[in-house]
Amino acid sequence: MLKRLRQFFRFPGGIHLAHRKEASSEKAITQLPLPEKLILPLRQSAGATPVPIVKAGDKVKKGQRIAAAEGWISASLHAPTSGTVRDVGDYPVAHPSGLAAPSIVIEADGEDAWGERQPFLEQTATEYARQVFNPERVQHYLQDMGVVGMGGAVFPSHVKLVKAPGIPLETLIVNGAECEPFVTCDDRLMRERADEIISGLIFLTELLGVREALIAIENNKPEAAVAMQNALAARLESVVHHIRVVIIPAIYPAGSLKQLVYMLTGKRAPIGVLPTQLGVQCFNVATIHAIWRAVAHGEPLIRRIVTVTGDVERPGNLEVPLGASIADILRYAGMRGSADGCLVGGPMMGFLLPHGDAPIGKGIHCLIARSPQLFPPEAPESPCIRCTSCAEACPQGLLPYELYWWSRAGDFAKTQRYHIHECIECGCCAYVCPASIPLPQYFRFAKDQLRAAAKNQEMADQARERFEFRQFRIEREKAERAEKLAQAARAQSAKRAVEQAGASSAPPTSEAEAIIAAAVERTRMAHEAETIDPKPEPGNPA
Amino acid sequence: MEILPAVLVMALGALILGAAIGYVATRFKVEGDPMVEKINALLPQTQCGQCGYPGCKPYAEAIAKDDAAINLCPPGGDEGARRLADLLGREYTPLSAECQKESKAGVALIDEANCIGCTLCIQACPVDAILGAAKQMHTVIAPFCTGCELCLPPCPVDCIEMKAIPQTPENWEWPRPARKVPVSLIKTPVDIPC
Amino acid sequence: MTAYLFLIIGAVLVNNVVLVQILGLCPFMGVSKKLETAFGMSVATTFVLTLATGACFIIEHYLLIPFGLEYLCTLAFIVTIAAVVQLTEMVIARTSPVLQQTLGIYLPLITTNCAVLGVPLINISHHYDFVESLLFGLGSALGFSLVLLLFAGIRERVEAADVPRPFKGSAITMITAGLMSLAFMGFAGLNR
Repeated sequence: MLKRLRQFFRFPGGIHLAHRKEASSEKAITQLPLPEKLILPLRQSAGATPVPIVKAGDKVKKGQRIAAAEGWISASLHAPTSGTVRDVGDYPVAHPSGLAAPSIVIEADGEDAWGERQPFLEQTATEYARQVFNPERVQHYLQDMGVVGMGGAVFPSHVKLVKAPGIPLETLIVNGAECEPFVTCDDRLMRERADEIISGLIFLTELLGVREALIAIENNKPEAAVAMQNALAARLESVVHHIRVVIIPAIYPAGSLKQLVYMLTGKRAPIGVLPTQLGVQCFNVATIHAIWRAVAHGEPLIRRIVTVTGDVERPGNLEVPLGASIADILRYAGMRGSADGCLVGGPMMGFLLPHGDAPIGKGIHCLIARSPQLFPPEAPESPCIRCTSCAEACPQGLLPYELYWWSRAGDFAKTQRYHIHECIECGCCAYVCPASIPLPQYFRFAKDQLRAAAKNQEMADQARERFEFRQFRIEREKAERAEKLAQAARAQSAKRAVEQAGASSAPPTSEAEAIIAAAVERTRMAHEAETIDPKPEPGNPA
Repeated sequence: MEILPAVLVMALGALILGAAIGYVATRFKVEGDPMVEKINALLPQTQCGQCGYPGCKPYAEAIAKDDAAINLCPPGGDEGARRLADLLGREYTPLSAECQKESKAGVALIDEANCIGCTLCIQACPVDAILGAAKQMHTVIAPFCTGCELCLPPCPVDCIEMKAIPQTPENWEWPRPARKVPVSLIKTPVDIPC
Repeated sequence: MTAYLFLIIGAVLVNNVVLVQILGLCPFMGVSKKLETAFGMSVATTFVLTLATGACFIIEHYLLIPFGLEYLCTLAFIVTIAAVVQLTEMVIARTSPVLQQTLGIYLPLITTNCAVLGVPLINISHHYDFVESLLFGLGSALGFSLVLLLFAGIRERVEAADVPRPFKGSAITMITAGLMSLAFMGFAGLNR
């Protein structure tokens, strides 16, 4: 019934992975029982960290804003349930460092009572009917609603609604590829809430005025594709004629931005060029769902669907409030004793949670209880033999063996020459490496070193500027002081000259005359001093 | 007598070439040394004076004139010395012994309860990162502080201390992957008494 | 025309000034740590070597031979080359800061480079005319550049490699140079 609708462009590299999605793909989305305590790290999106606007002891309602966006590339944060703010302070976050970061702790009161909600579409019902929107209002609304990319990059969505100047937005891509093994949350979302996704998509296509919208789904999720297709078919043909479901081959990392854009449109973004500049924009299905919940129901981004799988008794897809403890979720899913850790994110791009617990954030789509059976220990790293398997697997067309060579030697400038910043850390290179070299680890290390070096250089440049300005200021002050002294001395000598002149001739009638007389006297005296007596005047440094 | 024309010819040649060089040297004189700016750009600009020169620019000038070694800058560390060696084509030398104590980048913090408002630290700060006025409490503008510690000695009440910059998920760096070399341990057949 | 082409190719590959004639080893070892510096050195050498062969040809044929002072050629050439290099450096420093950036610190190094002295001397022993001298100078310089750049590229990589400790530093550099020299001996067959 679903036929391939268009031709694909096969991106270079990529790998075929075992999907491992069976464990949770048939489990319907269930709600996690409301936790008693939620810890919300302030930094939940790329860009600037929002500023808390509540303090310990405040009562908050569900959906109430608790931290305000700071600047443009930043998104607000909201209370996922009603309760009391217990603390605003540093708590461990889900980050490979295991470090603590500023967070807001909310103790739930169990009522889960919504605060006031103002759905965007209700506010602007007439505008919606007339299909005229002010895009800026939508952008600010979504920023206030804290909607960010939910595929993992957590880039604020409202920023992506800003069109690149002069480039018409042709294609909107809905990323339902979900290419990482184990992860099924987008699959379930598409199966169960297809209608809401389509509504959100129609809203976005009208807002952005795109020519076509493509819902990309990997061929290992036929049910999701059918559900989306049915949801489309239920709509008026005139509304959805430009929206199509596209089934793409399951090649990891097909869900990565550049790869997906190339696969569907054949547009290859050169280094440093964003797809927006090619007239393509891309949103994750979960993000579009969140956008629709926000604009139609006034619901900020306060919960998300997380796949819990791996070495657990009851794998599944849980809808959890943000800030829920990962350990609690794993316990709820029945983590077995054989599990020795928790992978946050997919098995390819995720990281091992350094300590037992951290709260769920906006970008965490999958938790995998790790066990030695599921993830056999890595073989020891052996020397690179430059077989170039990694270069063949790299979807970005990089030369990972060169990047590795220079990262390991600590020559980070060279890694830049080989475009290390183009690396998306997908892990294909490490997957195919016969020497079991953990290549992305080296690349992350090199990238961080480069970042730190750039920061230091920036600091040094700033310090130099400030130092030079200080030198300049000191010089200027010295000159000014000297000038002042000279002026004072001149005034004194002029006064003396006037007194002398007053003694010899008639007193000057006006001030102007006095000044002129003083000047004349001064020149005369200077001449005299030059010719007769070179004695300097007291107090005059010149 | 054979030597005479030889000496004459060589002397004449040398004279002409010498004259030409002398003329060109005056005619095509270049002002300033572009190397100083380049060296200065590589220095960390803490202006701490630990190299023995009053600031980074004077040290850069000394390096350009070949008066100073390139390994005298503790804030720049080994990495800084390496980059200088690269730029100048000189042999890399590790940080000299007295600079070995690589100063850890920190931020000065004024204990505002004890500050008497003497402005001595303001005058000492090379990058104008301390704010305050006479008889008023002073404070450090942390983002501008280079951690040079020059404000510590002048303070008459010792109310300034260096605080390490705390590590956060934002400034945390991925560590260098530990290279696991496959080593198989050989079990000793008998217990060795010890 | 073909004779000239053969002359250049012969100078670049077959009689490579560094690897076959074993001249100019100091910059070959000294300025080959980084590709960028090696490139600067290559450009500077190419420039000076071509200029020096021309200047030395003139000195030889219009100064030394008329006075019967051929035995002084080594001395005269050294002075000439030193002067030419100095003059070029000063002119470049003033007229082209960009070129000065590239050649800057390498020009004085070349003053006492044996390749630069050796090539004019070879020219004389081979009785090349003026054009041949210039071409041979250019070819030698290109050969020098080629080898220097190759060597610098290899050294940069070797620097990052896990070299066994006894071989680290100069030892592995010497071995690399030896292997390169062996490889260039393969070009000897081009002669026929």
